[in-house]
Amino acid sequence: MDLSTQETIKRLADEHGADSLIVLLGAPDAESAGIAAETVVLGDPSWAGPLAGVQLGLRVYHILEEEARAAVPSEVWEEQVGLMADVLEVDAIAEAVREFREQVPQ
Amino acid sequence: MPEAAVIRAASLVLAHTPGLARHGSKPMRSLPGNAELTARFLASLRSFDDAVNYPPHQAFLGACHPRELPSRPWVGTGLPGADRFAPFGELMPEEEFLGLMAAVDEFDLLKLTPEVAERSAKRLAEHPLAQHLDLARISAAAGDVAAAVASDALPVHLAPDCLAGALRGAHAEDESLTAYVLLENLACKATGTLALLHLLHDHDLDPAAIGYTISCSEEAVGDRYQRGGGNMGKTIASVAGLVESSGADVKNFCAAPIPALVIAASLVVAGVFEQVVVVAGGSLPKLGMKFEGHLRHDLPVLEDVLGGVAVLVGADDGVSPRIRLDAVGRHKVSSGGAGAQILHDLAVQPLEAINARLIDIDDYATELHNPEITEPQGSGDVAARNYRTIAALAARRKEITRDEIDSFVAERGMPGYAPTQGHIASAICYLPHALRRLEARSANKVLLLAKGSLFLGRMSQRSDGMSVLLERNGG
Repeated sequence: MDLSTQETIKRLADEHGADSLIVLLGAPDAESAGIAAETVVLGDPSWAGPLAGVQLGLRVYHILEEEARAAVPSEVWEEQVGLMADVLEVDAIAEAVREFREQVPQ
Repeated sequence: MPEAAVIRAASLVLAHTPGLARHGSKPMRSLPGNAELTARFLASLRSFDDAVNYPPHQAFLGACHPRELPSRPWVGTGLPGADRFAPFGELMPEEEFLGLMAAVDEFDLLKLTPEVAERSAKRLAEHPLAQHLDLARISAAAGDVAAAVASDALPVHLAPDCLAGALRGAHAEDESLTAYVLLENLACKATGTLALLHLLHDHDLDPAAIGYTISCSEEAVGDRYQRGGGNMGKTIASVAGLVESSGADVKNFCAAPIPALVIAASLVVAGVFEQVVVVAGGSLPKLGMKFEGHLRHDLPVLEDVLGGVAVLVGADDGVSPRIRLDAVGRHKVSSGGAGAQILHDLAVQPLEAINARLIDIDDYATELHNPEITEPQGSGDVAARNYRTIAALAARRKEITRDEIDSFVAERGMPGYAPTQGHIASAICYLPHALRRLEARSANKVLLLAKGSLFLGRMSQRSDGMSVLLERNGG
């Protein structure tokens, strides 16, 4: 995850509290989705950005996951991201994000 | 005025520049102060033979079609019969390229060691394009490189680590004229010139018949009062002997070659000029861009080549493939930034304009970045993702079934095979292949589409893109 995005997420978490935030990812593959999820849950795995060593424990979903889909009006979801469900490996992406979401402290 | 514009010819070149790779933006930030990483970087540079044999380079230069490439991995393999000179141009070795940079250096910025100057001048004297090169400049560039470096000139190396030259800045206080910026611009000028000279020479073209030259390179030539002022188009036209040409630049990040082609074709159809060249040199900052991923996966530094392309657009000759100006796609401001929406604008809209379908296109040329370069750094397979998205659009439009997505991708797409030279990898590198297939009647329609990331410049949140249809002539 690029450094300015990490910085923005850190600022929002400071301002609003981790409980008030949900991170919605749009990464195109499982590897980058997993890294992004890890970054906002456990901290930046590359130890390069503002979230290095910062365990925000944010709830994180990918837009193609069922939970996210259910939260969006179906016609909006269809128009904006529906096509990508045919293109990307949705199951692998969902699995990669879920792995880190399950590590969010309850 | 002509009814249509055609693409008469196109050339591609690569310059193997492992010694310059340390001046790529990423290595320049990561290597200084890290002796261990620097040692690994230098030990992981490819030999010239490895670069020539690398199958994607051979596909780039026309020795085979990208769909004929063997399956990956390509590193460590070679294409039988691989040669430096190939149907679309050549892959120039680094020492000759340093000589070429000296030959096109009009301000005596680059100094070469006497040995490198002598060897490169000798080799370039035997080059098929020798008569078009100012070889005397190379000899004149010989000098005391160590002294120049001691006076703050930028050291230039032959791989892996042999001091071969030095490039001086042109102004002590002007950030647009530092040695590094000038090296970037000179490398761009040299590769663009090499591509244009191949275009003229290999296709027996009359340089005096070309009225205008549009550069779509990624550099920013200028001074402190006008950063990026340009005009690389006229710069290259001048060195290549296009005595009747003027020129200008088209800028649009990686997408620039497509608007450049569309503008060139429009100038021809409007009767402003009979022949227009579109040219682009290579991007030095992108050398070694993803080297850390390559080293992590025990791969060589794969971004060690600069690209160049030159295209001649002219009035309809009844033979050459037509540029369909009634089938131009553009990513509109109102379309938003979703990936699928961008591809809808670029792939569906231009075809709807002429009542064509996605399955009427034989080849789609999109971002053709080599996945062997992008995947180790986590950037995924860009070409495959684009092709699957276009295929999914075809499925949604009921042109194919969802079960046919894979075959659509296999038949109308291709593996990414281009070095990550941004603009060069974005569709235009397929042009010579497209011309070959359209002229041989093995394809009827080819769609070129490219995207650019405007947001990187922090002036707009937008991205952009453009597409244009090429069609076989005479039917």
